[in-house]
Amino acid sequence: MASYVAKPAPPNQDKRWKLVDATIRRQGAHPRGLIETLHTVQEAFGYLDAHALRYVAMSLRVPLSRAFGVATFYHFFTLKPAGEHTCVICMGTACYIKGAPQLLDAVQKDLGIVPGETTTDKKVSLLTARCLGSCGLAPAVVYDQEVAGKVSTAAVREHLKKWTVA
Amino acid sequence: MTPEELEQIAEDERAEQGKYRQRVNVCVAAGCLSCQSQSVKDTLEQEVTRRGAKDHCQIKGVGCMGLCSEGPLVSTSNGVLYKKVTAADSPAVLDSLAAEPVSRLLCSTEVPFFQRQKKIVLENSGVIDPERIGDYIEANGYSALIKALTEMAPREVIDEITRSGLRGRGGAGYPTGLKWSTVSKSVGTQKYVICNADEGDPGAFMDRSVLESDPHRVLEGMLIGGYAVGASEAYIYVRAEYPLAIKRLRNAIRQAERIGLLGANICGTRFSFRIDLRLGAGAFVCGEETALIASVEGKRGTPRPRPPYPAMEGLFGQPTLINNVETFANIAPIVRNGADWYAALGTDKSKGTKVFALAGRVENTGLVEVPMGISLREMVFEIGGGIPDGRKFKAVQTGGPSGGCLPSECLDMPVDYESLARAGSIMGSGGMIVMDESSCMVDVAKYFMDFCMTESCGKCIPCRVGTYQMHRILSAITGMTATEQDLKMLEELCDLLKHTSLCGLGQSAPNPVVSTLRSFAEEYRAHIQEHKCPAGVCGQPVGEPV
Repeated sequence: MASYVAKPAPPNQDKRWKLVDATIRRQGAHPRGLIETLHTVQEAFGYLDAHALRYVAMSLRVPLSRAFGVATFYHFFTLKPAGEHTCVICMGTACYIKGAPQLLDAVQKDLGIVPGETTTDKKVSLLTARCLGSCGLAPAVVYDQEVAGKVSTAAVREHLKKWTVA
Repeated sequence: MTPEELEQIAEDERAEQGKYRQRVNVCVAAGCLSCQSQSVKDTLEQEVTRRGAKDHCQIKGVGCMGLCSEGPLVSTSNGVLYKKVTAADSPAVLDSLAAEPVSRLLCSTEVPFFQRQKKIVLENSGVIDPERIGDYIEANGYSALIKALTEMAPREVIDEITRSGLRGRGGAGYPTGLKWSTVSKSVGTQKYVICNADEGDPGAFMDRSVLESDPHRVLEGMLIGGYAVGASEAYIYVRAEYPLAIKRLRNAIRQAERIGLLGANICGTRFSFRIDLRLGAGAFVCGEETALIASVEGKRGTPRPRPPYPAMEGLFGQPTLINNVETFANIAPIVRNGADWYAALGTDKSKGTKVFALAGRVENTGLVEVPMGISLREMVFEIGGGIPDGRKFKAVQTGGPSGGCLPSECLDMPVDYESLARAGSIMGSGGMIVMDESSCMVDVAKYFMDFCMTESCGKCIPCRVGTYQMHRILSAITGMTATEQDLKMLEELCDLLKHTSLCGLGQSAPNPVVSTLRSFAEEYRAHIQEHKCPAGVCGQPVGEPV
C-alpha cells in the first residue's frame, strides 16, 4: 500500500502558487500531470527555478531528477528568468532561406549575446524559434509576443535600439 | 442532441445570418493577425456602428484564406477579395459593398492560386467563424457524426474510411482504415484517441491553420474515430507555440460540451467521449508516435522500439489510435459524402487532397489544398506564381528535416506518396519550401542536419552521435576545409543512420544529405575541390538579407 505523503507547502506566500495548485489538483496530483504543471508554473512565473521544480516534484510525487529531466528536455521550458523584453528570431526553413541568419547575426553583434542569453542590463533576451508557422511572412521575428513579418536587418536593429536606449 | 435538434440549430443560424444583407469577412488566423488584421476588424466594426448599419451588415472574423503573403485579407458578401487591407481602408471597403470594388486593394481570385485548388479540409476556412459552433453546424457541421452514430455501426464507419483510400496525412501515409481497424480489434479496458497536432517541421503550418480556422472539424473527426474504434477518451497534443490554436480548441471543446456533442451519452446513444488538450513543449521528436505518447504521460519525449505498436499498446499501455490533424479533418466529409466520392479524387494509390504550406522563394506563399497527383511544376509555377525577382528555380524541399530536395528534373513528377519517395523525398506533413539559385544546397543540408542534431532525443547512439558527426563534416564542407575522405565518410554515415536508428527521426535524418548528394553533387565537389560556393552563400561575411 502506498504510504500517505502530505502535500508540501508552496515555497513562499506568492499568490501565483494557487494557479499551480489548481493545475496539480486538476491532474489529480498524478505524475502524468508533470508537463501540464510545469507549463502552469512557467506561465505564472516566467521560468522554472529550483524551488519550483522541487515543489512540483514533491506535489506530484515524482523524483526531482525526473522533473529536472523533463524541464531540460523540452525547449519550451526555461530555467532562467527572461529579460524585460524578448526578441525571438524564427529559424524555420522558410525564414532561413529568406535571410534569418543575417538577422540573427546582426542582433548578436548589436547585443553582444548569443541565443538563449539575456543582456547584462537584463533589458533584452534573445531567443531563436524552430518555426513560428508564419512561413508566409518569412523572415519573421517576435518582439514581446508580437509577430512581425518580412523583417529586414535595419528593422530589427531599429526595434532593438528602442528597447536598449529607453 | 438528435438529428432534428442539430437541424434546428442550423436553421436558427441560417435565419440569424439571413438577417444580414451585407457581410465583410476578415481573416483572423495567425498569418493575418500578425499583419494587424484584428485592428482592421475592430475599425470595420466601429465604422459599421457609426454608420448605423449594424442590423444589416455583419463583420465576421474567419479563418485562413490561404494567401498569407498578401495579408490582411478581407472578403465581402459581393464576392470580392481584398489584400493588404489596413484599418484606414475600412470606410472604403464598406462603401464598396454597394458600389464598385476598391481597385487598389483588389486581389484577383481568377488566378491559378485560387482556381487550381480543391478544398475539402479547408472548405470552411475563410468562410466560417472558428469561434462559433453555430457557424460550423450551419455549414453541415456535426452531421457526419450524427449520421455515424444513428445510421452506421462502428464496423461500417471503418469500412467507409478503408474504401475511401484515405492515408495518414502526418507523413508516412499509413492507410487510415487499416489503423482504425487494428485499434478496434485490439483488446483493452480503455481505448484512447490522440490527435497529433505537434507540427514540428520547420516550414509547415497546415495543422495550425486548420486548428485556427476550423477547430470543430477536427473534433468531429476525432469523435467519429472514437466511435469507430470504441474509445471514450481523447487527447489533442498541440504545440505550446500555437497559443491561438490552443485558445480556439479550448473554446470549441467547451461549446461542443455545452450542446451535448461531447460528454456522456452523445445523441442519446451509449457512446460517450471526452477530449482534453495536452500541450507540447517544443520537442520535434514528439511528432513520433511513441515519443508523443510518453509526452502525454508526462515524461520525456523519447521513442521506444515498435512493436508493440500504439494500436495495441499505446497510451497508459492501452490500445491507442493516433492520427494527424489533417487526417481527422478529412473524416467528416468522407462519412458525409461517402467513400466513393473521396476515392474519385487523387491518384491510384494516393486518394483525396493534400494541404501544403507553400513558402520560401516563390511569389505566392501561403496555404493551398490540391488534389493528389498534381505536378510539382503546377505547384511552384502556377499556384505559387513562380520565382520572384527573375531568378532561377533550383529545388523544392518537401517533408522538412526528414524529407529531401527535389531538383528541376523532378518538376514534372506527380505529387503523391510513392512518387516523392521514389525521388528520395517524402510527402511529410506538407511543408513545401521553394529555393532559387541564391540557396546553397550544402548549406541547406547543413541547416537540416543542425536541426536533427539538436532535436535528437539522445536515446539511441546512431542518431545522437551520427547526426553530430554528419553536422561536423557538413560544417567542414561549407567552411571549405573538407577532403574527399570526409565526403566518403558522410555517405557511409547516411547509410548507417538510416538502417540503425531507433525511430523515424534518426532514420530519416540523412534524407536531406542523400537527396542533395544525388542531385547536386557538383555543389559538394565545388566546395571540396575548388574551395568555392557556387551560390556564394558559404564562407561569405554575413550581410543584408536579399
